[in-house]
Amino acid sequence: MKFLVCISNVPDTTTKITFTPDNKEFNKAGVQFVINPWDEYALTRAIELKEAAGSGTVTVLNVGEADTEPNIRKALAIGADDAIRVNAAPQDAFFVAEQIATVAKEGGYDVILMGKESIDYNGFQVHGMVGEMLGIPTVAPAMKLDMNGNTATLEREIEGGKEIVTVNTPFVASCQQPMCEPRIPNMRGIMTARTKPLKVVPAVGEPARTTVAEFALPPKKQGVKLIPAENAGELIKLLRNEAKVI
Amino acid sequence: MSVLVVVECADGEVKKSSLEVATYGAEVAAMLGTTATAIAVGEATEANLAKLGEQGITKVLYDAEPRLKDFVNNAYTKLIATAAEQEQAKVIILANSNIGAAVGSRLSVRLKASLATNAVELPKTDNGQFVVRRGAFSGKAFSDVVLSGERKIIAVKKNSTEAKHEAGKTAEVQSFTAQLTDADFADAPTQVVMQDQAGGILLPEADRVVSGGRGMKGPENWHLIEDLAKALHAATACSKPVSDVDWRPHHEHVGQTGITVSPNLYIACGISGAIQHLAGVNSSKVIVVINKDPEAPFFKAADYGIVGDVFDVLPKLTAAVKELG
Repeated sequence: MKFLVCISNVPDTTTKITFTPDNKEFNKAGVQFVINPWDEYALTRAIELKEAAGSGTVTVLNVGEADTEPNIRKALAIGADDAIRVNAAPQDAFFVAEQIATVAKEGGYDVILMGKESIDYNGFQVHGMVGEMLGIPTVAPAMKLDMNGNTATLEREIEGGKEIVTVNTPFVASCQQPMCEPRIPNMRGIMTARTKPLKVVPAVGEPARTTVAEFALPPKKQGVKLIPAENAGELIKLLRNEAKVI
Repeated sequence: MSVLVVVECADGEVKKSSLEVATYGAEVAAMLGTTATAIAVGEATEANLAKLGEQGITKVLYDAEPRLKDFVNNAYTKLIATAAEQEQAKVIILANSNIGAAVGSRLSVRLKASLATNAVELPKTDNGQFVVRRGAFSGKAFSDVVLSGERKIIAVKKNSTEAKHEAGKTAEVQSFTAQLTDADFADAPTQVVMQDQAGGILLPEADRVVSGGRGMKGPENWHLIEDLAKALHAATACSKPVSDVDWRPHHEHVGQTGITVSPNLYIACGISGAIQHLAGVNSSKVIVVINKDPEAPFFKAADYGIVGDVFDVLPKLTAAVKELG
């Protein structure tokens, strides 16, 4: 079984988000980048399934410039076998999906996994686009993934419940908890990751279909109105008469 | 040319988020000088579909194929693509739900459309550009996205538009078929399992949410959260540490890697307010924080706060709500 795991390089979850003075770009100064937390579920689950089968490969794919390589190496340290970096800034979901679909097709991968969405763009789009470009099923968002030969059984989250879906390879799934407990690299993994293959390929395909004109921050809160604990019932009156939300 | 609105239904009713989407779609249609047609998916009654006129929809297409009752990615995509071609839809609007995102992303490739998900406002069409404001950075910011090309798809964030109700207006319901075949249902679910929702209120669509954190000290104390939620007709939720230790199920986890909610009222009980949690709730209209630690960072993001013990405060709040009647 050949697994392709797509990871994106995103600001750490504790990052305070700011933009350049013209609001055109995210301000990367001093920001630590990590593997997108949703993608960690995809990566760890692929490694677990490969280990359980006793054969197969896990390839990590990232669409990004050279500064994403530390996180690609981290994915290799966690247990992926090799990596591919498409050398381009990820312009939009369509552009990224084109790169993934091209790599997936050329490499003949059976299972294409990624996180539900990236925590920076929050598109929740790439999975479906890749599936459609390749003409294969997509299961999104998946909370559980088991393989039996070429058949996968997945739990797909729907509003208020879940669907059990069975698909044959090849397919795409976008992953979220509680799929697995994401692994962290150990010392041996970090040492071996240094020599694992990381191939850099150029971008292909049509240009992006969307562009960001400007970023904006949400309006600041006015400040909290504190109600004494002994008078807690007063809060309910304020919520009805002042905030008018109940 | 028209605007096509994808309306999700369940148990015969149109989902609340789809009433919002219908309203949004009718407003986009008015902006573009055209009308809004809906394509309904899921189990719906004709009477409820006709009522989409109240949101400004003029026509509703409905395929009564029984296998469309549950979500099937390929079949839904083909159904909506066929409707979009028939109606020559230039703009397609969906809910930013698990269904909307799964279908919208496939549709965008099939129909060669540009796509904006997580939209929080109506599009702006100044200077010949089509710009949609959407949530980004897990609720910590917005981005204004320019959609190119002839055809555009927008997935609208829940609770970002208020559904309009113009009593008495009805939409014409037309039967519709996309000539779906067995192959289109190859990825149909083998089983659908619905959770028991507290009071039947779905967390992602809830107007009010009562949420508990580690300060609740254990799952055995959750009745305090549930009692207040019940009195307020609210959904219950929790922070990540709580679902990580299985005090509460994962589907109640609100935050950056859980569910993002934007209710009118979010009451956080014993949650300190880590930045990852705030990302999941900061588009709520009114935030109430109850915490015994006056230094809890959540107070900085709150509209109302009580510095006190949740075990003492929660029963008082529940009693006060009941008194209001």
